[in-house]
Amino acid sequence: MLLTELLPFIMAVPLIGSGFVAVMPGRSLPWALSTLACLFSAIVAAAVLGATLDGTVLSYPFGNWPPPIGIEYRIDAANALVAFLVASMATVALFWAPKSVASEIEARHGTFYALFLLAVAGLLGITLTGDAFNVFVFLEISSLASYGLIAHGKDRRALLAAFRYLIMGTVGATFFLIGIAFLYMLTGTLNMADLAERLPALSDNNAVRAALAFIIVGMGLKLALLPLHLWLPNAYAYAPNFVTIFLAGTATKVALYVMLRFVFTVFGPEYSFAVLPLSTVLMVLALAGMFAGSWVAMFQIHLKRMLAYSSIAQVGYMVLGVSLATMTGVTAAFLHLLNHALIKTALFMALGCVIYRTGSARLDDLRGLGREMPWTLTAFALAGLSIIGVPTTVGFISKWYLILASIESGAWWLVAFLVITSLMALFYIWRVVEAAWFSARPEGAKKFAEAPLALLIPTWFVVILNFYFGLDTRLTVSAAGAAAQALLGAGASLP
Amino acid sequence: MSFLPEFSPLTVVLIPFAGAVLIAFGAGSLRWVKTVSWLTSIVFLASVWGLAGPLLSGQAIEQELWEFLPGMTIGFAIEPLGLLFALLASTLWILATPYAIGYMTHGGYSHLGRFFACYAIALGAAAGIAFSENLLTLFLFYEILSVSTYPLVAHDGSEKSKKGARTYLSLLLLTSICFWLPAMIWVWASTGTMSFTPGGILAGQVTPAAGAVLLVLFMFGTGKAALMPFHRWLPAAMVAPTPVSALLHAVAVVKAGVFVVLKLAIYIFGLDYLKSLATSDVMLYVATFTMLAASLVAMHQDNLKARLAYSTVSQLSYIVVGALLASSLAAIGGGMHMLMHGFGKITLFFCAGAIYLASGKTRVSELDGLARQMPVTMSAFLLGALCVIGLPPLGGLWSKWNLVMGAFDSGQIVVLMAFLVSTLLNIAYLLPPVVRAFLAPPPADAPTGIREAPMACVIPLSLTALGTILLFFGAGLPYGLMESIFR
Repeated sequence: MLLTELLPFIMAVPLIGSGFVAVMPGRSLPWALSTLACLFSAIVAAAVLGATLDGTVLSYPFGNWPPPIGIEYRIDAANALVAFLVASMATVALFWAPKSVASEIEARHGTFYALFLLAVAGLLGITLTGDAFNVFVFLEISSLASYGLIAHGKDRRALLAAFRYLIMGTVGATFFLIGIAFLYMLTGTLNMADLAERLPALSDNNAVRAALAFIIVGMGLKLALLPLHLWLPNAYAYAPNFVTIFLAGTATKVALYVMLRFVFTVFGPEYSFAVLPLSTVLMVLALAGMFAGSWVAMFQIHLKRMLAYSSIAQVGYMVLGVSLATMTGVTAAFLHLLNHALIKTALFMALGCVIYRTGSARLDDLRGLGREMPWTLTAFALAGLSIIGVPTTVGFISKWYLILASIESGAWWLVAFLVITSLMALFYIWRVVEAAWFSARPEGAKKFAEAPLALLIPTWFVVILNFYFGLDTRLTVSAAGAAAQALLGAGASLP
Repeated sequence: MSFLPEFSPLTVVLIPFAGAVLIAFGAGSLRWVKTVSWLTSIVFLASVWGLAGPLLSGQAIEQELWEFLPGMTIGFAIEPLGLLFALLASTLWILATPYAIGYMTHGGYSHLGRFFACYAIALGAAAGIAFSENLLTLFLFYEILSVSTYPLVAHDGSEKSKKGARTYLSLLLLTSICFWLPAMIWVWASTGTMSFTPGGILAGQVTPAAGAVLLVLFMFGTGKAALMPFHRWLPAAMVAPTPVSALLHAVAVVKAGVFVVLKLAIYIFGLDYLKSLATSDVMLYVATFTMLAASLVAMHQDNLKARLAYSTVSQLSYIVVGALLASSLAAIGGGMHMLMHGFGKITLFFCAGAIYLASGKTRVSELDGLARQMPVTMSAFLLGALCVIGLPPLGGLWSKWNLVMGAFDSGQIVVLMAFLVSTLLNIAYLLPPVVRAFLAPPPADAPTGIREAPMACVIPLSLTALGTILLFFGAGLPYGLMESIFR
């Protein structure tokens, strides 16, 4: 089957492309080639997603070594969905990129885009592979590339932020590696499907428990789950805008996917949720993250940091869905994974337009800017509605499913948390709207023109997607449902 | 009424929104803003009246727009109560349009494009609320109404008005998101539908305890109905220019609140089920308390607009009481009071604005002898006051009549007494401005040269004052409309 043959190329094209891009001269050539590579990946990933929605599992053995001996790419709806998200968000971000990158990075762009392609390839590799060690390898590829990308930020503090991320990211990856090593020691296999078959026999083994704990903590770090989130705000705040957009839309999502894959497929929900108080721990951390992230966001003056803290809160929403460990809960998590990518990308893009013109992301410098950059700030306000969760936006759909999942599990009181954190989101978005539209421009402030069309068009494209998928939920809900089904197994029924 | 256009409900709702967009595009030209405002309100009025004909002849008008999750739709359906609200809002809008144009241009306000665009959006949202087929659609337009009126309240951009507008918006959003939204989800989760259905959808679907909690959530969640202790937003909104206070904070916004309460009582709870709930008496007494307490506060307000605002808080509770009495007579009275109080209160606000425009006076204690200089305005004020109090020959009589009958009907003697006491209080706070203006001698240092406000303001307020008289004789129409719900 042609599609199966194309599977490895989703990852391989950006990976190989990065080598070519690195040596290309100038600015537009590297960009064009990167865009082509990502576009290719996105199209193939879309086709793969379409093929797996009905529950089909595609498998590609590398070098024709049959699994579990060789490395296998094993794709069901869950990873097809995440892979499509990564590839398409990378493409959309690239369309936004040229002007902004040109203003932030002085020298030639070849190496920068090469790093970007490496990060994309790494993230795609993580999602596609069915081999546990392979996950680690790609994790390191994508992480190292993102440290490099973040360090490209104009502000000198970007170096410190990247270094901090490097230290914490390496700790996380090491934890993950220790977990996998335990599993390999006990079972002698690294293939996930094979692991899933062999682990039940070892359910009494303490090393297996330790492996699960290591993997969850390791991924929790990459995911920025509350007490392990410290790397994120600065990394997002000081990275080049284009990098922030890409990372905010994809990096934490992939980490969540890996966590889900191990918890549900490899260990199996019966084991994971019985042997550790996983449900309670995740729920407490998720709620703490939602609350603390939104709380801190409410008082940030630097808007990129504000959105970064809001991301920590949004990760909490996804983990909350997971912690319920029901079909609807995991569906809600996947839905929010998709939807939040759309929301945060739109917000960071709009903010990126502001920074492109004014060079500042401080709330005070935004005062009265609504009249000078109406299209940009309207886009920000509309995307803000989405993060608050107003009906007709994707944010509402996510929250609706989360609430539904909470009610189904009898956890009524969760609704209160969801409502309160939505109100907090309302507060931090409203601050920006009020500053931009209802405050006077400070005396003697420079006048700024509207952001260029090259930035506005991709921004508005994503904003419109926020509303489109808020109204027409067939595609997103069925994809998220299929993904949840793929993880939870055929026994579970669709919501 | 075959000469009127018959549009679909969606088209009717979209007319003001389209007007707003047009206004925004030509915001620089005052002439354009005025023309489009006029045109929009005329077309809107004609199209709302156009819907009345088919409904009265018994034709059901429903329109489903979009199903965005299974069972969750955005849709419109015309029923008598909603039509009544839409007729009220559209009729008063066309009277408020010249008033607003006159007031804003003579008062020297800027940003008129933004002002009239938001004014139109608010009316479109009110129509959307009136025609909603289900809770979700209603919620959507309810929030649009809250947000679109924020720029109107904060219009002059001073710190004071921004502070007031912040109180306004945060209270309205807080109550709707904290109470209303969870209640709506609860209804959906337990009944699987959100449609407004005659007779209600909750009976037999939820436990009595759940029903009781839902009632409390819905009543306090409808912040626009200004039940105490969530009434602070209404006095806070008085920092807005008077045309906003008049059309929105005496009619569109607050009536949207009580409309929602009535709609919930009739179409979600159902009157019989409502009566059986443990908390229905509690909420009834909360509303009765609000009615009396707000009247007492109003008596002590020297600022005329603040006095009118507290009077509105009190009068809104009449309608909430009407809904909670769970008798069809009281519900009819509540629906009629929406109309009667709307005409009366908009007249009072128009007058307050005209007084401010002509003389700069904002306090009741400054009104001594003003009727000699502004006879038309003060006469209109008298008529509006009498209508709100509920004396013949003004429309307010009939709504209060039905409310009192309803209280008697359901055996709530406490509420009956409260109605009577409240009427006395109404007299005590609404008539002193008139008495001072007509009977007290002007102060010795009174400035001379105060004349009636511009024609653009005086004509609308005279028309609404006449309207209160017409409603006394024409009360059969709204009565018949409300009564057809229970037939």
